[in-house]
Amino acid sequence: MGTLAELINDPSPARPIVTAELPVVDGGGLDAVRTRLARIAPYVDAVNATDNAAAHAHASNVAIAIALRQAGTEPILQLVCRDKNRLALQADIAGAALHGITTVCCLTGDDVTAGDEPEARRVFDMDAPQLIRTAATMANGRYLSGRAISPAPPLLIGAVENPAAPPFAYRVRRGLKKAAAGARFLQLQICYHPERLAAFTDLAARTGLTPKVALLPTVCLVKGARALRFMDANVPGISVPAGLIEQIETAPDPREAAYQLALEQARHALALPGVRGLHLADFRHDDSVARLCADLGLPMLRQVSDDPAVAV
Amino acid sequence: MAKLINTIEHALKKPVWDCRMCGQCVLHATGMTCPMTCPKTLRNGPCGGVREDGACEVRPDMTCVWLKAQARSEKLPRVWREEFDELRPPVDNQLHGTSSWVNLLTGRDKRTPDGWSAETAAAHGGRSEAAG
Repeated sequence: MGTLAELINDPSPARPIVTAELPVVDGGGLDAVRTRLARIAPYVDAVNATDNAAAHAHASNVAIAIALRQAGTEPILQLVCRDKNRLALQADIAGAALHGITTVCCLTGDDVTAGDEPEARRVFDMDAPQLIRTAATMANGRYLSGRAISPAPPLLIGAVENPAAPPFAYRVRRGLKKAAAGARFLQLQICYHPERLAAFTDLAARTGLTPKVALLPTVCLVKGARALRFMDANVPGISVPAGLIEQIETAPDPREAAYQLALEQARHALALPGVRGLHLADFRHDDSVARLCADLGLPMLRQVSDDPAVAV
Repeated sequence: MAKLINTIEHALKKPVWDCRMCGQCVLHATGMTCPMTCPKTLRNGPCGGVREDGACEVRPDMTCVWLKAQARSEKLPRVWREEFDELRPPVDNQLHGTSSWVNLLTGRDKRTPDGWSAETAAAHGGRSEAAG
């Protein structure tokens, strides 16, 4: 199997790309990283090292990315504009590249008010398109100031977009702006309105956003209606139709119904134009990622070792 | 003199656009809607947190600044409408509190860091092919 950059540049791909979110880590040493990784590593091409996900402080993106790489999995260094100014963001990119981490994903980030420390100062010194362009500048051997970086880090730059948030028709134009700034893949926010995702990919194909960027729609694996209701109420930019929540809640086996919903979303997404793969977020903490990949007919990419000292 | 211009600019733009005196005005490119009134001060379009009803993620009592900006930009003359999709550079924080009128006349508001120029990033397409 190749790196994410090789897979994205492959003109005739044999299979969908799969990326996944590493559940957040707070303590427990590298074992905590390995335990979380073991469940997803056999099935994914690369794993997101999140940057204070949902505006909560956690073990840092760079530290997690280094741990992922040591464990034998390609990390995607997530970079969020909320907590760091342009100096700190560039330092993260340069520092991670020293460790061989050259895949980054640039996003604006949830506001501090979405997290558990709403008293914090929000930074947003740059926005996501500016951060993408800055990463592209670094890949070309310069900091934003123009100062040289030699050799230049060979970065693969990604970004995110939310096909389910207003203004819907404009979202593709924003994707085009990110592509022009240097993004090569877009991890799309989870979308519980399949018609919005379909409209996004359709417009993306017509405007040439795809295949300029590889689209990776997110699929969330949740335990049931409670998680859907929580996302609808608390996660910025996510809306889950009330009817859908009720359908899961009143199903004979809600946990199974929630899985089937994810499977249906994954199948729907993979059939859309320009969709190059999936981004998985597992909140079930069971064998659902393995089951989903098997049900989708996706191959196991590597064997898991029982020995924690050996890379998985 | 500069102080007087500042005062006049702020007196005019504050009541109409809630001007924050960033000193690098882009109103014409953003549907005559000030991007500095976005709680995240985004200069390049809406974040992914816009609520189902079009309200701001941070302040639910307010319509997303960029939702208004995009709708209004559609009604502007073509040359300004097209500027909406241009990539605007990071804010130059040194200009905060200065007059954007003066900075426009002197060209100071167009000055960006050397690494920002299009040529620097343009070569990235070729480089990323070799990435990995």
